[in-house]
Amino acid sequence: MFGFPILSLMLLVPLVAALACLVVEAKTARTIALAATVADFLLGIVLWNRFEIGGPQWQFQENAALFSGFSWKLGIDGIALMLIELSVFLMPICILASASIEKRVGEYMAAFLLMETLMIGVFAAQDLFLFYIFFEAGLIPMYLIIGIWGGADRIYASYKFFLYTLLGSVLMLIAMLWMANEAGTTDVPTLMQYSFPVAAQKWLWLAFFASFAVKMPMWPVHTWLPDAHVQAPTAGSVILAGVLLKMGGYGFIRFSLPMFPEASASYAPLIFVLSMIAVVYTSLVALVQHDMKKLIAYSSVAHMAIVTVGLFAFNVQGLEGTMIVMLSHGLVAGALFLCVGVIYDRLHTREINRYGGLAINMPKYALFFLLFTMASIGLPGTSGFVGEFLSLAGIYQISSWVALVSTTGIILGAAYMLYLYRRVVYGEQKNADAAAMPDLSARELLMVVPIAAVVLWMGVYPESFLAPMRSDIAALDARLAQAKPAGDAKVTAGKPKATGEHSEHAVQEGAH
Amino acid sequence: MDLTHSLRLVAPEELLSVVGLALLLVSAWAGGARAARAVTWIAVAVLAACAVLVVPALSGVAPADASAFGGLYAADAFSAYAKVLIYVAAGASLLVAPAFFEKAGAMRAEYPILVLFAALGMGIMVSAQNLMTLYIGLELNSLAAYVLAAFLKTDERSAEAGLKYFVLGALASGILLFGMSLTYGFTGTTSYAGIAAALQGGMAKGALFGLTFVLAGLAFKASAVPFHMWTPDVYEGAPTPVTAFFASAPKVAALGLTMRVALEAFAPQAAAWQQIVTFAAIASIVVGALGAIGQGNIKRLLAYSSINNVGFVLIGLATATPQGASAMLVYLAIYVAMTVGGFVAVLMLKDADGNQVEQIADIAGLSHTRPLIAAGLAMVMFSLAGIPPLFGFWGKFVVFQAAVQAGMVPLAALGIAASVIGAFYYLKVVKVMYFDDAAGKVTGASDMTHSVLLAASALFISPLGYLLTRCLGSIAQTAAAVLFHAA
Repeated sequence: MFGFPILSLMLLVPLVAALACLVVEAKTARTIALAATVADFLLGIVLWNRFEIGGPQWQFQENAALFSGFSWKLGIDGIALMLIELSVFLMPICILASASIEKRVGEYMAAFLLMETLMIGVFAAQDLFLFYIFFEAGLIPMYLIIGIWGGADRIYASYKFFLYTLLGSVLMLIAMLWMANEAGTTDVPTLMQYSFPVAAQKWLWLAFFASFAVKMPMWPVHTWLPDAHVQAPTAGSVILAGVLLKMGGYGFIRFSLPMFPEASASYAPLIFVLSMIAVVYTSLVALVQHDMKKLIAYSSVAHMAIVTVGLFAFNVQGLEGTMIVMLSHGLVAGALFLCVGVIYDRLHTREINRYGGLAINMPKYALFFLLFTMASIGLPGTSGFVGEFLSLAGIYQISSWVALVSTTGIILGAAYMLYLYRRVVYGEQKNADAAAMPDLSARELLMVVPIAAVVLWMGVYPESFLAPMRSDIAALDARLAQAKPAGDAKVTAGKPKATGEHSEHAVQEGAH
Repeated sequence: MDLTHSLRLVAPEELLSVVGLALLLVSAWAGGARAARAVTWIAVAVLAACAVLVVPALSGVAPADASAFGGLYAADAFSAYAKVLIYVAAGASLLVAPAFFEKAGAMRAEYPILVLFAALGMGIMVSAQNLMTLYIGLELNSLAAYVLAAFLKTDERSAEAGLKYFVLGALASGILLFGMSLTYGFTGTTSYAGIAAALQGGMAKGALFGLTFVLAGLAFKASAVPFHMWTPDVYEGAPTPVTAFFASAPKVAALGLTMRVALEAFAPQAAAWQQIVTFAAIASIVVGALGAIGQGNIKRLLAYSSINNVGFVLIGLATATPQGASAMLVYLAIYVAMTVGGFVAVLMLKDADGNQVEQIADIAGLSHTRPLIAAGLAMVMFSLAGIPPLFGFWGKFVVFQAAVQAGMVPLAALGIAASVIGAFYYLKVVKVMYFDDAAGKVTGASDMTHSVLLAASALFISPLGYLLTRCLGSIAQTAAAVLFHAA
């Protein structure tokens, strides 16, 4: 088909650029980083163009038996394609957002380019252990990014980030070793069709859950996220929210669900309970934050809970909604962090109270901030609406209670986002220095306009993004059909509703 | 005919002993730092030659052809693998020495000569097929090591380290001998094959005691918990090149020896020693990790790290499978590279007067002043913590893979979860170097050989190391298979 190893090339470009950035001076490093990320973005466009919708499930496959025990095996399906596109799209914007970094620029750019390689690697790896290496290796550059270029409390945040995620991942490694031993292969597509014994599945599922739940992050292991976000530089937050969090969701959709369908079904109530708590609790926490970045960080946790709810809905709507929420959140949360970064660069504070009335002196900024706020709330016409609607529609078929509680997240989301927006952009100009801030510069416009365009595109015509994933999600849905729990929705016409049946109970029953 | 065959098999040992004795004479007549330098280079050349001599055996030798002196000694793939590591590690600790000892005013030819004799002893340890051969090799290595630890005659810490090492080492040798005598008493032989034959079908209580004491003695040499107490003090007190040596080559020898004793001599009673080894493995990982957290001296930290690493290697032994043994060998190869790299980086930390900087607090902000040393040390730290894509991950990977394949999932899960504790103090070193403000202490110029060695080990533990996994894996597999021939 397309014999050229484009995925390897996409991995190689940022890697080579990263090494180059280490040895050159600051200005050249910026140029190299921007050039490399733009080049990778262009390669990403080629990749999307060449991706055959409705073609074979796995495309652009490469396989080189370079190592003992695992191999250099790459390949993507529609789900991975979309997440790779998200990564390569956000990267040049991150580099642009790093103009305010003046400390150790070469190393900074190198760390970001390395992150790009590893993120693409995670989504493109088709070998279990190759995936693990990419997944885990991201810890090192992220640790350095938070620790070196972060804010005041950066040391604590970097430790927390590193050790939390490491503990989650090593348990997953043991599970992977067991799986490779049991199935006799490390090939991910093969493993996705392999039926593990149900008793073993439960242990394996828990081990993978330990890793993905931390990365996701799910309540109650989310506490590293607000710390890491607040302390990371703007671009670090964008990458963290935009792509790193998606690794957890990707892990669920690629590993947990297809490899352990029965275990997934039996643990679905656990996921639902954790997600419901997360939606309500973190939304309420977001409501009382004084720090803009912390507020958006908590809102990320709430949005990710919608993702997990959709994932474990076991139907096409839920899964499609999950993917769109992930893509949309990647763009919107990334953009919101950029918006915070824009005013942080000017005033060097993230205190909400220090701002106010920015609509007067920064009208363009107010416009874009409004758009992303609305997208975060899930206003129709923006990407957030499509994803959240599909996810909730999916879960409604399984459990109306979970759907009900999760939907409050949207209302609470509107509350904290609009409250944030009102305090920052509307009202009186309380501080002279905030009132004197200039509007968006050309560079900043270059950062937010593309994201705004894609957010609207995804909101108005989501089909472009859903089409490549459709057959993969259908395949996943077919794989899950054997374990699908019965929903509590009574769609049979003419029969009265059974009394006294509790939703969780029904889900549990369906699982066994 | 038989004797000539035997003599040919022990060629590396002959070369080492003859050259060692000759150099001893040379140093007796021609003292001074210049001669010492020359002796060092000759010693390195001899170690390289020995390594070349054993390389052909790596691809496997028929058991009959490998056996020398009527079954006392074996020059097989396993011993060849261990010897290559030992010679490389010994050579590296020779190369780093001149710069250090010249500054300390203690550049003497005895250092390379003692290292040669220690290497000779270690070669005998990993080739031993009989408890007596084992003991001769072990003592030859230990006696050389005691003197090496006390090599800086005028430094109190060094003298203390030597004395401590000697007293505790002698005790451990006594325990080992006691165990050997019990084993001999209850099996009627000292040869590994004979012991294995005698233990076929059942083991007397006395032999179990013998096994326990033998393992205790060996655990001391390998510094596995609960016989690790001497390690931090000796590592801190001994001159840094000697510490680099202690942390690398003798570990390989002691663990190689333990593998031979456990998997050859006591193979029929694997269940008896597996629980001892499992306990030692987990205890070493946990104690090594927890003990390191409060350390302020980087050499003490690396001492605890070596205890921690021994625990991971022992997990491979606890499986008692060929995969486990081969995983141990792979781990040891990577461990030697990481250790050499780590200690070379420590040696490069010098203040303006050229004195060694050993306190972790003093290397704050190293990435500002000496970015290359900082990068090298950071790679070693992440690699020791087992974070991919660095090569240290692969060592842990193969060991835990072997454990999972042997059905020991709880052991693997426990071990790997404990490794997260270890990650904490490795991160601390990186944090001090990269996140803290520069202390400006480390400003001294580095020696050329140090830089080259650090670059070489950094290259080995970089992701490029994974390209070696196929070749390393197959060599280790051949070597490990030797241990399972007899059984």
